[in-house]
Amino acid sequence: MSNSLDAYLVLSGLLFAIGSFGFLARRNAISMLMSIELMLNGVNLSIVAFGAFIPGLGVQGSVIALMVMAVAAAEATVGLAIVIAIYRNKKTPLVDEYDAMKR
Amino acid sequence: MVKLIAQVLIALIVLGMVTGIAAIMLLFLGQDWEDALFWILASVMIIAALLVVGMRDIIRCGLAMIVCFGSLAGIYVLMGAPLIGAAQVIVYIGAISVLILFAIMLTQTKDAPSRLVFQTQAGPAAVASVVVAILIALAVTATDWGALPARAIAGANAVATELFTDWVLPFEVVSVLLLAAVIGGVFLAKREPGGPS
Repeated sequence: MSNSLDAYLVLSGLLFAIGSFGFLARRNAISMLMSIELMLNGVNLSIVAFGAFIPGLGVQGSVIALMVMAVAAAEATVGLAIVIAIYRNKKTPLVDEYDAMKR
Repeated sequence: MVKLIAQVLIALIVLGMVTGIAAIMLLFLGQDWEDALFWILASVMIIAALLVVGMRDIIRCGLAMIVCFGSLAGIYVLMGAPLIGAAQVIVYIGAISVLILFAIMLTQTKDAPSRLVFQTQAGPAAVASVVVAILIALAVTATDWGALPARAIAGANAVATELFTDWVLPFEVVSVLLLAAVIGGVFLAKREPGGPS
């Protein structure tokens, strides 16, 4: 079981689906960012699984996963800074109170 | 106090169930250590991810996210990518989780309504994500991946050689991206002198 590509890919799909549910359903902006991190981890898991099991890929899967981690760190930095900047103006972390572009 | 003991008991029962299932697999079903470890880590990861999206208290969500990332690092090591597991621990548990916990500390006030956790679209979102999970599982199991060899261990030497020969340009670009993200984060979160407090 642990030596089959299917198990890891199904696991990463589950993680991605859980993250997408959190992104769609939570009201708190930071919860949405946490759900995005879950989704990125699911994608990363599938990339590493492909790199470990497909022989032509070799260690490139690990290298791509490292790149994804760096980009995810940059995304978390900027995303949390945006959330804090909006919180300073609107005094709430709930995303359905952010209606500045609707009015 | 009773509530605390009940929570600890529930956690112990869940842990015992997970390890019990793994022990049964190991002893009676003739499976090996790697399968048992995979099941333990995978179930801990999925339970922690469900807690991240499902719990009401957002600080506990952040702590469950750390558990999820930690077990994912274990899965990376199990899969034969120990360097990725180490990077997962350093980057996600060490940096991103701390960043998110600090942001939670800065943005959660006492009077913010914590009871309204989910949007009104939570039901359709749950249906959509279940459909996504089922579709991914069906597509994965229906695909023929060909004859897969035993998995290769991506050691640190091989990864470093690949990273600093073929991938050196993306590596440098990522360093510039991180610098831009740091400067952008400081600029966005900076308090302006005459602006709102």
